[in-house]
Amino acid sequence: MGKTFKRPEALSEMDSHYCPGCTHGVAHRLVAEVIDELGIGGRTVGIAPVGCAVLAYNYFTFDFQEAAHGRAPAMATGIKRVRPDLVVFTYQGDGDLASIGMGEIIHAANRGEKFTTVFINNAVYGMTGGQMAPTTMPGQRTTTSPFGRDVKDVGMPIKVSELLASLQTPAYITRQSVIKPKYIVKAKKAIKTAFEYQIEGRCFSFVELVSTCPTNWGLTPVEAVKWAEETLIPYYSLGEFKNPGKAEGGSDAK
Amino acid sequence: MGKILMKGNEAIGEAGIRAGCLNYFAYPITPQSEVAEYLSHRMPEVGGVFLQGESEVAVGYMIFGAAACGERVFTTSSSPGISLMSEAISYIAGAQCPAVFVNIMRGGPGLGGILPSQADYFQATKGGGHGDYRLLVMAPASVQEAVEMVMMAFPLAEKYRNPVMILGDGLIGQMMEPVEFPENLKSEPSKKDDWATNGMDTRKSKKRNLVKSLFLDPVKLNENNLILKEKYERMKREEVRFEPYNTDSDYRILIVSYGTMSRVCRTAIDNLKAEGIDVGMIRPQTLFPFPEDAVFQAASKKSCGMALSIEMSMGQMVEDVERCVHGKCPVKWYGKCGGEVPTPEEIMDVVRSNLS
Ligand SMILES: Cc1ncc(C[n+]2csc(CCOP(=O)(O)OP(=O)(O)O)c2C)c(N)n1
Ligand code: SF4
Ligand SMILES: [Mg+2]
Repeated sequence: MGKTFKRPEALSEMDSHYCPGCTHGVAHRLVAEVIDELGIGGRTVGIAPVGCAVLAYNYFTFDFQEAAHGRAPAMATGIKRVRPDLVVFTYQGDGDLASIGMGEIIHAANRGEKFTTVFINNAVYGMTGGQMAPTTMPGQRTTTSPFGRDVKDVGMPIKVSELLASLQTPAYITRQSVIKPKYIVKAKKAIKTAFEYQIEGRCFSFVELVSTCPTNWGLTPVEAVKWAEETLIPYYSLGEFKNPGKAEGGSDAK
Repeated sequence: MGKILMKGNEAIGEAGIRAGCLNYFAYPITPQSEVAEYLSHRMPEVGGVFLQGESEVAVGYMIFGAAACGERVFTTSSSPGISLMSEAISYIAGAQCPAVFVNIMRGGPGLGGILPSQADYFQATKGGGHGDYRLLVMAPASVQEAVEMVMMAFPLAEKYRNPVMILGDGLIGQMMEPVEFPENLKSEPSKKDDWATNGMDTRKSKKRNLVKSLFLDPVKLNENNLILKEKYERMKREEVRFEPYNTDSDYRILIVSYGTMSRVCRTAIDNLKAEGIDVGMIRPQTLFPFPEDAVFQAASKKSCGMALSIEMSMGQMVEDVERCVHGKCPVKWYGKCGGEVPTPEEIMDVVRSNLS
């Protein structure tokens, strides 16, 4: 029997800097597997965010650009407009995408830019040491909400997938998770679908991934999975919020 | 091709196309929105890309993304918009990508006004965004010169892999003048295989490229800054451009002025000459690199008793003039910065009062 579990070509050999139990690594791997399966590494450009994944370019083997905080969707727009033949994805955290970069993601989605976004929702600012994010849960303690997120003061956590799905422009919008194998299988399928829609030139595609940050949640990796499943997933419900509908020519869309 | 009458803003847009740049992203702002309006129909005609972004912040990064693929790309804006683009400009300089930014300046600070100004001199030449970077800054004094500078900007941006800025004032954008688009300023994009992120398949080496400005290792960051510094030193050696005026005479006063303001000064100098008063002028065409030596030499002339920096700002370029004059003569500033352009008569009065 040959090797059944090997490193995808699109993934580099470098050891990652992510904490034990962090799901950034899982998300990277899924993206890399999909890029291998679609055979697009030679014409793909990834865009790293500012957040824990700021060094994502070290873990992939294809062309990468590094954005300023929140601006990856604008950079992706710039690339796709001048080089529609390239496959482009942004990889962004919740502080990056849903706070400082909310304007850029909404407008890119609304223009129907033909790139893919992988959105890592871990309900906290990981990189800067655990401050409150727009996705932090009510009552969740962070270093800037030491008494728990007070929704009367700072509002409710933003459901980004639902928000983007409310736009009238056709898009593929889905929320999945990477905290357990049973979710990971579906997450990978969604990422693949998202890239396929891009390659077909159909629409903007967006995969939100409910993730963990054990370090800044103050939990062990096992506790973090449990907390994510019991607290995040009931609020950030998993599933497809939008797809571009029937393809031109009449065949059914997935 | 002969001359045609064109509004500055439209000519600037056309110059981008004639230079071989078919990618333009922008956000409307007075007094330069006509560039976007013009290119919104012109780019589709030539098979180019036109996109109105949602803000100057986003446009700055659209420029970055496109530039990082090695494609020629430009944008135009005015002062408040350039402030918003400054974050991206810093990233583009740090990541060493070529791109062209046009600032048709209006009065500030804040929302300021919509009339011509030169108050973004510091922003353009000393930073604007964060970190140790410089822009190659060219300042046109006519629509024709704006066209030529835009056309020159693309190969220069590629030569240095650094953003180039055309710093015009509202008048340059708004006035109509006869222009032609010199064939010899057309250029081919330079090679980009060793740095651009345009897909590994495009390269023989199949090696991947990274475009980034992050260097967590202090030694590496210092190295990157030294690379940038070397480029800026090279600009100082190779790209200084200026125009002397009446500097063969035995002038007692030397004017340093650029852009629209320098045209008014030129009229004042002609009128004063008729009165028997000689005034010399150095008109910087590049603001960075600044014509340091030319200003020093001109101020060192025996007859010269004073240098006057005349600008539509409250005294910004004057700091560079002082630096370059090096104590050879006193340096004074004259200017206005509300949107009014000082008249030749005003300049003549300033000169006369400084002679008496
Ligand atoms: C303009 C700007 N503001 C603030 C920062 C500091 N900063 C870096 S990462 C980050 C938050 C990242 O959080 P998130 O996007 O959720 O990513 P995570 O680390 O959780 O994956 C902040 C505020 C910055 N680099 N740039
Ligand atoms: S701080 Fe959180 S998000 Fe960042 S690597 Fe560690 S666990 Fe992952
Ligand atoms: Mg986060």
